[in-house]
Amino acid sequence: MKEMRDILVVDDEPVILEGISKVCSGDGLSVDMAENGAAALAMLSLRPYRIVVCDIMMPQLDGFQCLEEAARRKLSSLVVMATGFSTLENTVKSLSCGAVDFIPKPFTADELLSVIRRTMRLSAMLGPASSGEPGPQACLVHVAPPQRYYRMGYISWALVEDAGTVLTGVTDLFMRSLGEVSGVSLLPAGREIAQGNSCAEIRSADGMAHGVMCPVSGKVLERNAAAEAGPELLEKDPYFSGWMYRLLPSDLERDLQRLLAGSSGKF
Amino acid sequence: MMMRKLGFKLTLVACVTALVTIGIFSFFNTRSDSRNLLAEVERHASQLSDAVKSATEYDMLLNQRERIRQSIQRMGNQPSIQRIRVMNKAGEIIYSSDRGEIGRMVDKKAESCYICHSDGEPLKRLEMKERTRIFRARPDASRTLGIISPIYNMPSCWTAACHVHSKSQAVLGVLDVTMPLTEVDKDIRQSQLEILVFAGGAVLALSLIIGLFVKRWVDAPVKELLAATRRVADGDLRYMIKVTRDDELGMLAEAFNNMTHRLSEARLQLFQSDKLASLGRLAAGVAHEINNPLTGVLTYSSYLLKRAGGQPEMQKDLQVIVRETMRSREIVKSLLDFARQSVPNRTKADIHRVIDLAAAVVENQLAINKVRLVKEYAPDIPPVTIDSNQIQQVFINLFVNAADAIGQAGGVITVTSSKLSLSPVGTTQIKKALCPKRHDLLDREYRIDGMPSIRIKVRSGAEEGFLHLDPVYGLDRAGSGLPFEAGSGAAFMCPECSSSLIAPKTTCPKCGSAVYAFEVPFKGMVEGCTRPGCKWRRWEAVDAAGTMEFVEVKVRDTGCGIPGKDLARIFEPFYSTKDQKGTGLGLAVIWGILDNHNGTIGVESEEGRGTVFTVRIPVKP
Repeated sequence: MKEMRDILVVDDEPVILEGISKVCSGDGLSVDMAENGAAALAMLSLRPYRIVVCDIMMPQLDGFQCLEEAARRKLSSLVVMATGFSTLENTVKSLSCGAVDFIPKPFTADELLSVIRRTMRLSAMLGPASSGEPGPQACLVHVAPPQRYYRMGYISWALVEDAGTVLTGVTDLFMRSLGEVSGVSLLPAGREIAQGNSCAEIRSADGMAHGVMCPVSGKVLERNAAAEAGPELLEKDPYFSGWMYRLLPSDLERDLQRLLAGSSGKF
Repeated sequence: MMMRKLGFKLTLVACVTALVTIGIFSFFNTRSDSRNLLAEVERHASQLSDAVKSATEYDMLLNQRERIRQSIQRMGNQPSIQRIRVMNKAGEIIYSSDRGEIGRMVDKKAESCYICHSDGEPLKRLEMKERTRIFRARPDASRTLGIISPIYNMPSCWTAACHVHSKSQAVLGVLDVTMPLTEVDKDIRQSQLEILVFAGGAVLALSLIIGLFVKRWVDAPVKELLAATRRVADGDLRYMIKVTRDDELGMLAEAFNNMTHRLSEARLQLFQSDKLASLGRLAAGVAHEINNPLTGVLTYSSYLLKRAGGQPEMQKDLQVIVRETMRSREIVKSLLDFARQSVPNRTKADIHRVIDLAAAVVENQLAINKVRLVKEYAPDIPPVTIDSNQIQQVFINLFVNAADAIGQAGGVITVTSSKLSLSPVGTTQIKKALCPKRHDLLDREYRIDGMPSIRIKVRSGAEEGFLHLDPVYGLDRAGSGLPFEAGSGAAFMCPECSSSLIAPKTTCPKCGSAVYAFEVPFKGMVEGCTRPGCKWRRWEAVDAAGTMEFVEVKVRDTGCGIPGKDLARIFEPFYSTKDQKGTGLGLAVIWGILDNHNGTIGVESEEGRGTVFTVRIPVKP
């Protein structure tokens, strides 16, 4: 097995491969490219990668099949889905299938980097399984969402309240993957949000803006002003006082089907 | 093919019936005719016999044989008489108009004698019928009628001087008169021929008349129905049968039109949703296709922008590329949002909350324009059943429009709410109007306050024109609109099929004039007085419903106002007063949303002072 590299980009569109490769190498990461799912799987069997950035809509082997295959081979690579708005619903599904994050196309260099950097940190935190050389933050203890919570990948959580409203927030792991947080912007009350869309922006110390994917579609009834005023609240108590929104869900049943149980899975 | 046609079959049956009836009638008619004629001839012959007997009686008594012979000779020469002869009891011909046979013996088995002498002992009395016989002398000769009259023995006979006859004889001899039936037979044949010609002509005329009417009343409409059915089956749902009749086939055609109309409406709706679905698919496809190149541009340009730190000029240019590409991204995103548009979802909602949410959305824009939003809510507003998202969109649009009208100088938008109970008269819009033959009377070109008017063709004397009725029940904002004065006998008609809209049994209770009427599907008939100036109208279904409760919200701005010429058209699709800035769809969409809620929107404006939009939503849906 060869030495571990940082990123494998899989996309059937050369311009996107080149673009992602350029931005990521510019950030000092090692990047390889594959033009289709089969080539990607072949490369994955040759050497380990920390992150696989994978398109969903590809001819022959699509993103989901790659995800399944990666899971079957028990690869340690974290998969980030890159896809257009048109397949937003698929993206949410991909998060419940084992992808850790996703980046909606088209993206700017910074939007891409914010996702890549936090996923790199996540990869480091979860411990490089194949390289054998634990990183400095490896095996960091993180707190999974409590029982009764639903989560969208490792990013956000949702809690159905007795009144039928839904409380949402970000996971401890997501906050930790951002590094130091410098600010939070939340949407005003009354706004409609769709599941999988960005509902908040968290700025990290490295100047990146991270979109938080909303786990449930609905209308914002209330936002946590305390969290916006002091973003450290999200880091300290992400599951209780560090909530973000209270939503009036529009189609809760459907949304919940695409979410995972709070404390399940590999995170 | 011809034999299978319904019209042909009907005509054929009618013809055969006529043929049989007239045939039987003619048969009996000719038979009775010839009988009557013969009876007449018989009577005539009998009278003649009597006349011969009377004429010769005296001479007989005197036994003037020569005179008798001459008399018989003379009489026998009459053209209507063939022969007169007298035979004695023994069968000897004593006198005859045919001299040659005098003295000859007649065979008693001959047909003139047979009747009495058939059974040996001769009969003494004979009925008229039995005395006559019709025979042909030769098979090829014409018919002849013969009548025999016995010459009875009378006291004067045996007391006469000649003493030829004894007292004991009952019958002295027989007078036999024969008459040719040539003329009678000719008459009979003539009459038979006439009846035959008449019968044939009658059957032919009957067939023609029945055939013609069957063709007009059955064949043609059935053919048209068939053609229409085929066209509809071929997918032409706009095809309408011209209904010009009010019998069952006319009703069938009307029902057919109705069915096609409903079908086409359903298909249109299906088509509409199908169109939206395909548009959605198209949008999704375009979004996907455009996303990849857009990603290339955005990634590279933003990457370049990051690296162009030291070159401010290039940074500026790159910023433009990044900004515009991100704008394209938003367009693609909204295209997809449109494709995902959810179906209307009505729930009970507090209108104030909906307005507050709408105000929150435009908060920033209003603040930038230095616009103050003042809310004057009434305390007792009941909840309304609405699609909150759609109604919120209505108010967002109205606020944005108001802010645009106010411009940069700053101003005030005032939102007031109130509850009001309205009589349906003057508020209920007629959204559909049909003539008796189900033609649409709405004129979408000629609108009154944004609503399609109701168009009626009016003919008064030689003049003809269109009357545009106010679509709001009870209002008459259009006036008559006719270029001429409609007289009291004016005809009110459907512009399409010219069928009369005048209600047959109703007169205006106010002025007694004729009343027009049209149908609003599922909501009964709307009636109105035809006399210009008379405002009487009646719509029983709506009158019966009583007053309706509305929530009224007025959005008043202190902006530039709307010129009068635009005011009438602002709710029309693609009519924009913002030149390049707007699509012209905003107010049309609002109008559509409120229309779906059975609500209304109205506008009043004063140039330079501001505009007031009045939204009314019924409390009960």
